[in-house]
Amino acid sequence: MSEELTHATIAELHGRLRRKEVSAVELLEAHEKRIDAVDGEVKAYLRRTPELARRQAEEADRRLAAGDHGVHPLTGIPVAIKDVFCTKDVETTAGSRILAGFKPPYDATAVARLREAGAVFLGMTNCDEFAMGSSTENSGYWPTHNPWDSTRVPGGSSGGSAAAVAAGEAVFSIGSDTGGSIRQPAALTGTVGFKGTYGRVSRHGLIAFASSLDHVGPFTRSIDDCATVLGTLAGHDPLDSTCFDRPLDLSTLNDGVKGLKLGLPREYFEVAGMEEGVKRSIAEAIDVLKEAGAELVEVSLPHTDYGLAAYYIVAPAECSSNLARYDGVRYGLSDPKAETVLENYLNTRREGFGAEVRRRLMLGTYALSSGYYDAYYLKAMKVRTLIKRDFDEAFQKCDAIVSATSPTVAFKIGEKTGDPLAMYLCDVLTLGADLAGLPGLSLPSRAEDGLPVGLQVISPQFREDLALQVGRAYEMASGVLAEVAPL
Amino acid sequence: MSVDTKTDWEAVIGMEVHVQLATRSKMFCGCSTDYLGQPPNTHTCPVCLGLPGSLPVINRRAVELLLTSAMALNCEVQEFTKFDRKNYFYPDLPKGYQVSQYDLPMSRHGWIEVGGKRVRITRVHLEEDTGKLVHAGDALQSAETSFVDLNRSGTPLMEIVSEPDLRSATEARDFAVELRALLRTIGASEADMEKGHLRAEANVSIRPHGSDELGVKTELKNINSFRALQRAVDFELRRQAEVLESGGKVVQETRGWSEPEQRTFSQRTKEFAQDYRYFPEPDLPPLSFERAHLDALAKELPELPAARRARLVARHGLSAYDAALLTAEAELATLFEQVVGHGAEAKPAANWIIGEILPAYSGSLPAAGGFAALVKGIAAGTFNREQGRTILGRLLDGAGFEEASAGLSQLSDQGELAAIVDRVLVENPKIVADYRANPSAIGPLVGLVMKASGGTANPGLARELLKDRLDR
Repeated sequence: MSEELTHATIAELHGRLRRKEVSAVELLEAHEKRIDAVDGEVKAYLRRTPELARRQAEEADRRLAAGDHGVHPLTGIPVAIKDVFCTKDVETTAGSRILAGFKPPYDATAVARLREAGAVFLGMTNCDEFAMGSSTENSGYWPTHNPWDSTRVPGGSSGGSAAAVAAGEAVFSIGSDTGGSIRQPAALTGTVGFKGTYGRVSRHGLIAFASSLDHVGPFTRSIDDCATVLGTLAGHDPLDSTCFDRPLDLSTLNDGVKGLKLGLPREYFEVAGMEEGVKRSIAEAIDVLKEAGAELVEVSLPHTDYGLAAYYIVAPAECSSNLARYDGVRYGLSDPKAETVLENYLNTRREGFGAEVRRRLMLGTYALSSGYYDAYYLKAMKVRTLIKRDFDEAFQKCDAIVSATSPTVAFKIGEKTGDPLAMYLCDVLTLGADLAGLPGLSLPSRAEDGLPVGLQVISPQFREDLALQVGRAYEMASGVLAEVAPL
Repeated sequence: MSVDTKTDWEAVIGMEVHVQLATRSKMFCGCSTDYLGQPPNTHTCPVCLGLPGSLPVINRRAVELLLTSAMALNCEVQEFTKFDRKNYFYPDLPKGYQVSQYDLPMSRHGWIEVGGKRVRITRVHLEEDTGKLVHAGDALQSAETSFVDLNRSGTPLMEIVSEPDLRSATEARDFAVELRALLRTIGASEADMEKGHLRAEANVSIRPHGSDELGVKTELKNINSFRALQRAVDFELRRQAEVLESGGKVVQETRGWSEPEQRTFSQRTKEFAQDYRYFPEPDLPPLSFERAHLDALAKELPELPAARRARLVARHGLSAYDAALLTAEAELATLFEQVVGHGAEAKPAANWIIGEILPAYSGSLPAAGGFAALVKGIAAGTFNREQGRTILGRLLDGAGFEEASAGLSQLSDQGELAAIVDRVLVENPKIVADYRANPSAIGPLVGLVMKASGGTANPGLARELLKDRLDR
């Protein structure tokens, strides 16, 4: 009984809730039991919200009892929220000690939309501090473990949200993707992770890492669920001036890939450090898509090599400004013993930020400094334009781009913590879509030696439908579905 | 330059003026800007508190007020503009950066006429204001504790930068006065210096007359009134001249104006110049303006002070000086024109407004009809000046003219007044003797007649009667 509830998809559970085979409270209880049983090992949650969840589940049951018509597909469905989304009256810290104890007085728009839909909030999930990292080891609290092998990382920065879904600790979750922070952990945990076009989902209330690169999106166990959650999160928000107002039409989800041209970017198949197992799994997935009727075309993204460098100028530059507000004056950590304002700033930020955050703050501050701005920030923004143009040209030849999401499967905890550059290379295949603001999907392809591999689909601006259509076609043709790890 | 020093120095002054725009809500959030006198931190929200996750949304009205101001300042509105972040740490700056404009301001290349001379405007841009620090004991250096009030945080601020075209402290003051008149006329700001709506900073340097090179400048801050502006600039011009003439060098620095000490003092030298690390604000898309929108705003522009001044001179025969005084407060110029419209003569109407209303003006005005009746009554000899003041006071308190002037009329009856005059002459032999010794000393006797008549006597007639009798 319990596994039926914790290993199912949103679509299945919505049906069961509507048919009154299970109540939202029972669904919540099954998840709480599962979290109690496995989270000691996985450590996906930074903090849980049992009272809130109970209230929401009871309310969901009232809504479900009131009638099945007009009940939102997420009503009563347990969700985990990455610790970067402000959640009213719930401690929200972005995985950082500097925000310990901070309870936002308002909901992020993404959170508010889930709340309105009737989803049940299980808690806040672990992440790399301020979403800076690819393994969740940069969390200010503790590392999260990969449910498929607890000696390995779940990826990052949204590692807690990915692991929660992979471990059966939530039916779905939300995360943020700045350089690959949804897609890479989705790949490493065997879940479906998606971020739409920049501005598809409001960033209001998302604790900013790099404003021009931050995207919001879901982790789910199927493409269908992914479409449901994206549809709930998406839409114009007057509180975010970069959030656009365009309809999201996902009605072609099940139309298959027959007649679609899929681009294989040469450069994405030649990146350094690509594991043989990943290559095999992706080659197989591409064959499956071909057999399903897709036409394969080789494309080129010639500026791929410069993407990482441009990303590590733009993202740190923006974060050096975005994180200036954590100064110990108004909220979060502060040093009451400091004698002067400057001393309080220095002590608060030295104590409150971890090593990776401090590294990026220094990089970004340097890149924006007078005399260096043109050589670094401005140059990086020009490269960014070239990368966008690469994609534009590629999409002249194809409807969507497919590749591996991550060059490797989940790596060992501690393996890359001493080598920041090796860690940065985890995102080499994902950050292009962030720099260009394009929809990017990762879904499980065949696992290698019991460890998940992710297939990435990138589609043109505003064409989330195409990425999801390709993903759904792969799911149907391959029979490879996101599974819950046997814990 | 009116500095009594050895060399003939020329003053070179440029202005940077920050103006709080008269919007109802803040620059990037819906919080009310009506926080004056309100408890600290009551007009705030996640956006103006800089809470994690909050994002700015541009206030359309603020942009329009800026565009209108820029047009009134003859600026070119830029087709493409964007906001930038100015990064620095200070406790009154909750995000650690100020959203401002750096390399693509909304407008550039304008001018404003000050005393018949064009002063070039470099740029006019839009930004947000900071919060306020409140120091225990009101002094930063001695305060044990400082408090942060973020009610002002995020209010829309317009920055106007002029070229260094001003040549004296008086011109600097006139620039600010003219700017205030203009901003009030178009409704962009209350522009009250004392309330901090208009904050003027002067960049001051001197050079030998005839030189083309610019001297080292100092930047003057903490200036809270037009008078302080003039005095601060004047002080600074003298100080720089003294420094240079005693063989020293002017240091580029920020200097504050101390009102109690009436002098400028060094606040911060440029050695500690901040690197603000400007970069484009990624939370706000760039703006571009449609021609039709700009044209519509331009059409709504009211008559500007310079044009009105010219009209007051041409149509009503006022002196340029009186016209300038009237237009400095747009409402006074309006009152003047209404009063003339009611049939009062222009010159006495202007005199009464300038002499009796302007000095204590704080926003309240008499109704035009009543005031016109008063001006006409004085011209006709129905009231003397003192009675006029009394009536004006009542009009300002909201009384109608009939009520305000009830029981007041000038005693102009020859017979009645002659009786009073005779009595005064009889009762004050000593003062009469004084007059005989010095015939120009008739004033005290006129005063006694006024007093004896209970303030109603027509002073001109009283003087005539006195002279007639004394000189007989």
